[in-house]
Amino acid sequence: MGKTFAEKALGKAAGYEVRANDVVTLEPHFCMSHDNAAPIAKTFKKIGVKNVWKPERLVFIMDHAIPAPSDEHAVNHKEAREFAKEQGMTHFYDVSSQGGVCHQIMCQEGFALPGIIMIGSDSHTCMYGALGAFSTGIGRSEMAAAWATGKIWFKVPESLKITVTGQFKKGVSAKDLILKIIGDIKADGADYMSVEFHGPAIEAMSLAERMTLCNMGIEMGAKNAVCPPDAKVLEFIKDKAKSDEWEALWADDDAVYAQELSYDLGDLVPCVAKPHAVDNYAPIDEVKGQPIHQAFLGSCTNARIEDLREAAAVLKGHKVAVRTIVIPASWSVYRQAMKEGLLDTFLDAGCVLCNPGCGPCMGNHEGILAPGEVCISTANRNFKGRMGNKDSFIYLASPVTVAASAIAGVFADPREVR
Amino acid sequence: MDQKKLRGRAWVFEDNVDTDLIYHNKYLAETDPKKMPQFAFEYYPGKEKFAKEVKPGDFVVAGRNFGCGSSREHAVYCLKEGGVPVVLAESFARIYYRNAINNGYPVLFVKGLSQGIKDGKIVDGDELEVDLATGTITNLTQKTSFHGDAVADLENEIMTAGGLIPYLKAQVAQ
Repeated sequence: MGKTFAEKALGKAAGYEVRANDVVTLEPHFCMSHDNAAPIAKTFKKIGVKNVWKPERLVFIMDHAIPAPSDEHAVNHKEAREFAKEQGMTHFYDVSSQGGVCHQIMCQEGFALPGIIMIGSDSHTCMYGALGAFSTGIGRSEMAAAWATGKIWFKVPESLKITVTGQFKKGVSAKDLILKIIGDIKADGADYMSVEFHGPAIEAMSLAERMTLCNMGIEMGAKNAVCPPDAKVLEFIKDKAKSDEWEALWADDDAVYAQELSYDLGDLVPCVAKPHAVDNYAPIDEVKGQPIHQAFLGSCTNARIEDLREAAAVLKGHKVAVRTIVIPASWSVYRQAMKEGLLDTFLDAGCVLCNPGCGPCMGNHEGILAPGEVCISTANRNFKGRMGNKDSFIYLASPVTVAASAIAGVFADPREVR
Repeated sequence: MDQKKLRGRAWVFEDNVDTDLIYHNKYLAETDPKKMPQFAFEYYPGKEKFAKEVKPGDFVVAGRNFGCGSSREHAVYCLKEGGVPVVLAESFARIYYRNAINNGYPVLFVKGLSQGIKDGKIVDGDELEVDLATGTITNLTQKTSFHGDAVADLENEIMTAGGLIPYLKAQVAQ
């Protein structure tokens, strides 16, 4: 009987053979925290251990509210900064042109690597599976404990295999696929499971597209989500891997799955997730023509250079009809977009650009909605009040659907933009 | 774990209660757990008064996938510190469950609760008796009962110590 990815990766880290539902305690390879490093540091100090187990395994990336928009945020950043220094940490990404959204930095800078165990004090940590890592989000107390002991326990998850074939039609993208999957299996459809993406269509996807898929694994309840560590991944990490202890692990063909699903990309259409749940799927036709007040192109889900290129191609030669906020996922992406002239395209269209970071995604700043307003967003959550106001409405969509809607001032089908 | 039977009123919620509904993003910069109960369920339609009206001993009762979304532990603290002794739900989102265990906060997986809520077998204000040792939940108002699964051994060890941090502290002290 073959093994799933989770059984292989957790077994390798534990040092013995494991199967789904076994409980293992193991050493994580990298531990990521963002602005919440500060409260975690406070909890860490209560344990009674002076030093973190291995300072080089910790990565802090300020992103949730940068530059600090309030005194509370400023204090958080200050405490995280001081703790990193005191512990002799080498991986600290402050408010600087090296930074960006934490999950983007973890992938872009070579922390996310095939077969390693990664934990983060943020639920979207599952994104690193796009590069073949076993990666999952945890809470703050648990992170403090991991810093102190270098250990974390997991129940080896059962796995959900999603096989994807076919090709996207024009105007359809990875975001439409993941919103369709979540709409089908619902917000708890993959609770506690390891989600594996298989098939020729996944292999044909860019790493950016795979990141969009894995990023949203948590929105169906998954523990982690992962794509095969193929030649594209190995090429990507070649010169930037922050560790040489990785290994390209993948599921056996005869692995045992709790559930299997298959999708043909050719069946998909542009879509949205309607308020106030990510599994509230609707084809674009259902909402087409309804007014919007704001468009947001950003977040860890969909603000990589590939996403910006696609959105810019739609926006070129047009003016946006509503306020449109563009936030590249990192300063490296920002600079690349600048070189390619994409920033000019956004500015010519009437968009505003903000500094890389989480921006308005979870309602901190840079685009809070007013009561009754509707926002179309490339982010990953549309929970009630997520963007700051409980009487506002968030619809999730792909970069091209967001761009097309921004031009029209109403929900619009990206296939119809001329 | 406390062996005694708990009694209190039910506050009933639907399926997929996300962490923004339990404890909104807006208050994430708050780091003192004792100050978190005042924001509990502020964004949940119809439960805006929860924070003001909840009494110590009242139960939070919910359907499937309670606590889905963000990894914020505030969503555990705001109930624990608010005096809610246990959350009863058909199922919990993974990170919420771990956060609860790691803070020594009991949660019970209760079969049939989602449908029971939909059918009105538990409604707001019902008087419940919860036996944490056996997992039996008796609705004294409606004369119905449900059964919850006790936590597994590994989790119980952490719970018994009062949570992950006290558990580690004790180990470090040895």
